[in-house]
Amino acid sequence: MLEVRDLVAGYGLTRVLEGVSLEVGAGEVVAVLGSNGAGKTTLNMVISGLVAARGGEVRFAGDRITGLAPAQVMARGLIQVPEGRKIFPNLNVRENLELGSYRRAKANRARNLEKVFATFPRLRERVAQPAGTLSGGEQQMLAIGRGMMAEPLLLILDEPSLGLSPLLVEEMFALIRRLHADGLAIMLVEQNVAQSLDIAGRAYVLEHGRFALAGRAAEVRENPELKRAYLGL
Amino acid sequence: MNSFPPEIVLEAVANGLLTGAVYGLVALGLTLVYGVLHIINFAHGALLTLAMYAAWVAWAAFGLDPYVAIIPLVPIFFAAGYAVQRLVIGPASRGDDQNILLVTLGLSIVLENAMLAIFRSDTLSVQVDYAMEVVEAPLFFSAPMLLSFPRLVGFGVAFLVAGVLFVLLTMTDTGRAIRAVAKERTGAALSGIDVAHIYAVTFGIGTACLAVAACLLLPSFYVNPRVGNAFVLVAFTIVVMGGMGSVPGALLGGLVIGVVESLSGLYLGDSLGQLGIFVIFILVLLFRPTGLFGARA
Ligand SMILES: Nc1ncnc2c1ncn2[C@@H]1O[C@H](COP(=O)(O)OP(=O)(O)OP(=O)(O)O)[C@@H](O)[C@H]1O
Ligand SMILES: [Mg+2]
Repeated sequence: MLEVRDLVAGYGLTRVLEGVSLEVGAGEVVAVLGSNGAGKTTLNMVISGLVAARGGEVRFAGDRITGLAPAQVMARGLIQVPEGRKIFPNLNVRENLELGSYRRAKANRARNLEKVFATFPRLRERVAQPAGTLSGGEQQMLAIGRGMMAEPLLLILDEPSLGLSPLLVEEMFALIRRLHADGLAIMLVEQNVAQSLDIAGRAYVLEHGRFALAGRAAEVRENPELKRAYLGL
Repeated sequence: MNSFPPEIVLEAVANGLLTGAVYGLVALGLTLVYGVLHIINFAHGALLTLAMYAAWVAWAAFGLDPYVAIIPLVPIFFAAGYAVQRLVIGPASRGDDQNILLVTLGLSIVLENAMLAIFRSDTLSVQVDYAMEVVEAPLFFSAPMLLSFPRLVGFGVAFLVAGVLFVLLTMTDTGRAIRAVAKERTGAALSGIDVAHIYAVTFGIGTACLAVAACLLLPSFYVNPRVGNAFVLVAFTIVVMGGMGSVPGALLGGLVIGVVESLSGLYLGDSLGQLGIFVIFILVLLFRPTGLFGARA
């Protein structure tokens, strides 16, 4: 479904990605792990068209999407829930969600809104509240809800559990499981290595702009390097 | 200082409110562009002048009443504003705010000189029979106060425009996208909002506000190549006072400034009417730099 080939990207003179290749198949959950500053968010931004690729290509559902504008990428159903939520603080909860279907799935807006409220009852209670005044956990729900409004074919989640309490982290992973069970393909970027590997079918570990490790989640978990670096074992 | 009977003061306040609404309209365009694009549009004054010339030409060449000219000029100026942002300011600035500043400044110089070349520095005006008309507003304690008809129209239309803008910004997808882009560009782009398009729409709306303001001003004001700058100086004061980027602040600020100008004209004489505005401007900068209504920002 998503194919990334030899992707090179950076900012100014800084090189961040130095030839990255990855694949996400239909219905698959793929974890992308890596330490802070490894380039995970940059990878997402290149895929979504917000940062230009300097080399390599991104294909989605068979088409080359490298160089497309972010709006065109998301119009194809490749939806990203970005790191730091990036919700619209000055808009209320309902307006945030409705803008999720600004370009895609607009005809199903009312139905999808109900779906999101069924998934996140907390958001229904707060429809008229300015999003900037939501708690961190609620903002994360809103960001995911906004992404779901566009009926994603592939969902990129960039550190969805960042800043959440342990209980909410559990809830977040339960939600990702449910989305996966519904058949959604997910690329999960996470610092929560153990839990991500439990959910994911396959995993990639990004280091210094390259994937140092890739394979089935069960194998990646047993890798001694990874255990030492990320699991503290 | 003179003391005036209350009905004279009241009349000055009322006329100030009426003028202030149109000032607010000029400020509305400026503050909207600032709030969304985060730039100060230095071409705002030149675009207002251009709109006033356009309204004058509509009257002189086509016999259109300035109020009727609003109907064709709003879409024309929206399109012009959209194109200027999309084709000139956006590409020339490459997202660098300092460049945008220079581009809008350059644009204003080009526009002003083009208008100087075409219309010379002569002062032009339209002759409409309602220009000097007054409307009597009854007061229970004295003779009725006299309100200028063109200013009454200006007040009504300015509020109508503000109402339309409110509906647009809160009830339509495009309006919500404008508000979304103002605070969160990355989130907007990832939601499928074309940020460059929304910038251009916003600039177009700001320019369309100027077209309306120009048509409202024309019956009682003259036009020359620099006339817009006088209004924009006032509009800058309003924008700072109302809180940079605040739409209701621009309108309320416009009303306050209109009254201040009118009262200082009454007490200090016409030539010093604008003095009060700048005293307010400096006081606001000293004591409320976020603006009277900008605290929530
Ligand atoms: N807009 C930018 N301009 C310049 N450098 C940037 C920019 N964004 C990121 N970088 C740099 O690129 C490198 C990779 O950043 P990135 O955000 O992709 O890392 P990450 O793997 O997502 O890290 P984290 O786990 O902390 O989110 C970092 O060194 C960062 O400083
Ligand atoms: Mg990151």
